[in-house]
Amino acid sequence: MSAHELKTGPLEYRTQEGRMSILGFWIFLGAEVVLFATLFATYAVLFGRTADAPHPGELFEIKTTLIMTFLLLTSSFTCGIAIHEMRRGSLKGLMTWLIITLLLGLGFLGFEIYEFMHYAHEGATLQSSAFWSGFFVLAGTHGLHVTVGTGWAILLLIQLSRRGLTNVTNRKVFIISLYWHFLDVVWIFIFTGIYLIGMVI
Amino acid sequence: MADPKKRIPMNHVIGFLLSIAMTLLAAWAVVSSNLPVRWVIISILILALLQAGVQLFMFMHITEKGSGGGHVPWNMMFHGFALAAIIVAGSLFTMSFGFHGGHDGDGGHQQQEQQQQEEHGGSH
Repeated sequence: MSAHELKTGPLEYRTQEGRMSILGFWIFLGAEVVLFATLFATYAVLFGRTADAPHPGELFEIKTTLIMTFLLLTSSFTCGIAIHEMRRGSLKGLMTWLIITLLLGLGFLGFEIYEFMHYAHEGATLQSSAFWSGFFVLAGTHGLHVTVGTGWAILLLIQLSRRGLTNVTNRKVFIISLYWHFLDVVWIFIFTGIYLIGMVI
Repeated sequence: MADPKKRIPMNHVIGFLLSIAMTLLAAWAVVSSNLPVRWVIISILILALLQAGVQLFMFMHITEKGSGGGHVPWNMMFHGFALAAIIVAGSLFTMSFGFHGGHDGDGGHQQQEQQQQEEHGGSH
């Protein structure tokens, strides 16, 4: 692997292994696009099939949704800053911004759990109708991805504190940043496709 | 791309402000504007696509020069997006508004979706 090692450019791209890992992660993201597309298609097809459960327009609130969106948008931004600090060679900067990203992600999850409990309280659960099944599976899959991402980030922070900035840790941090930005992209479509459209119709 | 020597990465700041602005604009269009529902839906979907573009190009280093051999696999990403479009549009077409009498078979995609959803919304 070291045969193709480069002398310049970002650390994470300098080894063949690093470049291949990042390439592989983009392929994984391509598959994730398809996963979420199937869930969006299911949701869209089942739209309005609420049976006796409340209609989405009755439950969706712009305030909670906007808070969640801003938490995730800001976390995507701080994650970008973390990569910027990493490339400046600042381990402390990287870890600080990564922890901020993590906290924002946890804040988002807190709101999502609160929201799901609120809906369940109002009679909209996974079992109550086809529409709400579609909703909880789509929003829940995204929430599960965020949960996995926060656990992943915690493990990476431990590794960073032990090993510092190397070809390998930089590559791992770069990949989790791609993952995190991708979750934000998916959320933008959930925000627009589910919440905003659910409010106008 | 962001110059690693700079203290503040301006393209990230611009991307962040743009995404906040587009989110607020979309929320405003839904809550306070008096536009027809069809136009609200079309415009917020366009805003979502623009925001996804901001994330890809300003945060995810998709056009990065310094990546050496590890270029973003455009063919794979294109494959993913093409499949996504086929799944979503195909499901909607066959399941929700493909075979109803009175609707056009194609064209006016958004309009049909919206009409369809209004019908369902009204019936419950």
